[in-house]
Amino acid sequence: MNIVACVKRVPNTEAVAEISADGKGLDAKNFQYIASFYDEIAVEQAVQTKEALGGEVIVLSLGSAAGSKEIRESMAKGADKAVLLVDEEWQSRDCRATAKALACQLSELKADVVFMGKVATDRDNGAVGPMAATFLGYACVTDVVALELTATGGTAKRETEAGIETVEFSLPAVITCNKGLNEPRYAGLKGIMAAKKKPLDEVQVEVIANQAQVVRASLPAPRKEGRILGEGVAAVPALIQALQTETTLL
Amino acid sequence: MSNIVVFVEQEGGNLRQASLEALGAAHQAGATAVAVLCGDGAQAAAAKLTAQGVSAAICLDGPGTHSPDALSKALADIVQAQSASGFLAPATSRGRDLAPRVAAHLDCVLFSDVTGFAANGGGFEVTRPWLAGKAIATLTTSGAVLCATTRLNTFPIAGGGAAPTVTSQTLNDAGKARVTGVEAKGQAKLDVTEAPVVVSGGRGLKEPEGFQIIEDLAAAFGDAAVGASRAVVDLGWRPHSEQVGQTGKTVAPKLYIAVGISGAIQHLAGMRTSGTIVAINKDPEAPIFKVADYGIVGDAFEIVPALTAEIKAIKAKH
Ligand SMILES: Cc1cc2nc3c(=O)[nH]c(=O)nc-3n(C[C@H](O)[C@H](O)[C@H](O)COP(=O)(O)OP(=O)(O)OC[C@H]3O[C@@H](n4cnc5c(N)ncnc54)[C@H](O)[C@@H]3O)c2cc1C
Repeated sequence: MNIVACVKRVPNTEAVAEISADGKGLDAKNFQYIASFYDEIAVEQAVQTKEALGGEVIVLSLGSAAGSKEIRESMAKGADKAVLLVDEEWQSRDCRATAKALACQLSELKADVVFMGKVATDRDNGAVGPMAATFLGYACVTDVVALELTATGGTAKRETEAGIETVEFSLPAVITCNKGLNEPRYAGLKGIMAAKKKPLDEVQVEVIANQAQVVRASLPAPRKEGRILGEGVAAVPALIQALQTETTLL
Repeated sequence: MSNIVVFVEQEGGNLRQASLEALGAAHQAGATAVAVLCGDGAQAAAAKLTAQGVSAAICLDGPGTHSPDALSKALADIVQAQSASGFLAPATSRGRDLAPRVAAHLDCVLFSDVTGFAANGGGFEVTRPWLAGKAIATLTTSGAVLCATTRLNTFPIAGGGAAPTVTSQTLNDAGKARVTGVEAKGQAKLDVTEAPVVVSGGRGLKEPEGFQIIEDLAAAFGDAAVGASRAVVDLGWRPHSEQVGQTGKTVAPKLYIAVGISGAIQHLAGMRTSGTIVAINKDPEAPIFKVADYGIVGDAFEIVPALTAEIKAIKAKH
């Protein structure tokens, strides 16, 4: 089985946003990068799928050449090889452009099952997985919290507001992973050493132009100064009064 | 006037609030909307559609309505048949699942979880968060159709319109993936993204049973959901579906009450656009107080039951 896990390099969650000089993007100079939180769940699910059904796990990423750091970490956790689509503009690519570039490579890799995070924690679009699946004509299940897979299809459970939904699907498929699907393992020393020797293919790609055009980027207005109403139970009446005058809830 | 196709969710003939908000976004941008509904009860729900600016409703039935791939293809076909310049769905789990596929069928980009939607020249512009709301971007598209999902609890509902003309279509393609069942979590429970009031608890509640005071406060409001910090989700005290923050859900209720939550940057990212924020924490230096409109310093186990009792008394009078 050809199992692919897609990994995106994103600023870590402690990152502080500053607007770039042209007013249309984020200033990346102080960013420290990590693999997106949900992509680690995708890598773990790919490795578990290989352990259960056999095959090979390929990590696929569209990103900067410096992103090979996150890719090596994924290989240290059990992926066999990797393809990095080198694109120094990866941070500002829109979801359509990213999904097309990935779909193109997924088709070349003859992927049977593709795991992605349910959302990347930088632009929070959650669109690349289902878009790539649609471009490829693959089945797709998003926000998956439990999965049973066979060589031809599977059953997934996804989280919705109404409760847990069961979805049956055929392969090939794109599965986007939610927290709860698995507990990502840590890379051991042996894994880290082995990862250094695993093949990482850097492919230069021409990514199509964005449709999304940034008009302006800004920082959110600071919230207006709050008030400490007091200490302990004695402050409860003041809170009730504030909620009655300033909200319509009581 | 421009035309927008809006995916409208209904449950047993009742329109979901989040969908009325998506229709509100279209109306606010001066567009007329074609509403698309599906599933059992779609006809009954369409008859209740009196949101302003809805010109027509299309009810879908058949096996394809249970398949996200078949349904999204049908939605894209409707966008084209209507020569629409926009497609909107609420940013619910269903909307977020369908909208990227609709956009891909139309070869258009998608803007997820938008907090602003307005006319711009002949088209539209959207506002949406970046880095979990640490920055905000205003965007347009060069694509033929602007596709977006609208953040819950963000757009006003515009009622008082005329009932639309209703037509129906049957989707016979069963699709590659099919929803075969839903394990309902009990109808009384609102999701944190939908509820007008969210009462969240953190590690300050000391043990899973500590959440009883949070449940009781939420119950006193009636239409409130219980939220949680990542710390207590990771400890297994609460389910991930309740986690608020950068690796959980982004919420924007009218009122957010944080109890025993320190206010880490990843938590603030998920709730800082809430209407009114209240923090209850025993540490006066806790960062949560920096975003709170009102704070009370002290022991949650004393303060919260007193607050619950007061709210119950007020609600009983109404
Ligand atoms: C990649 C990444 C992603 C993350 N994503 C999220 C996310 O999505 N959501 C999220 O919430 N966090 C997230 N975090 C975790 C975040 O950094 C914090 O660790 C977490 O939010 C802390 O949870 P807490 O406030 O419940 O616990 P603590 O930080 O331990 O705070 C407990 C608070 O309770 C108060 N307290 C204690 N006892 C009482 C009492 N009796 N009465 C009143 N107050 C009391 C204390 O003063 C303290 O402020 C993420 C972290 C990382 C690294």
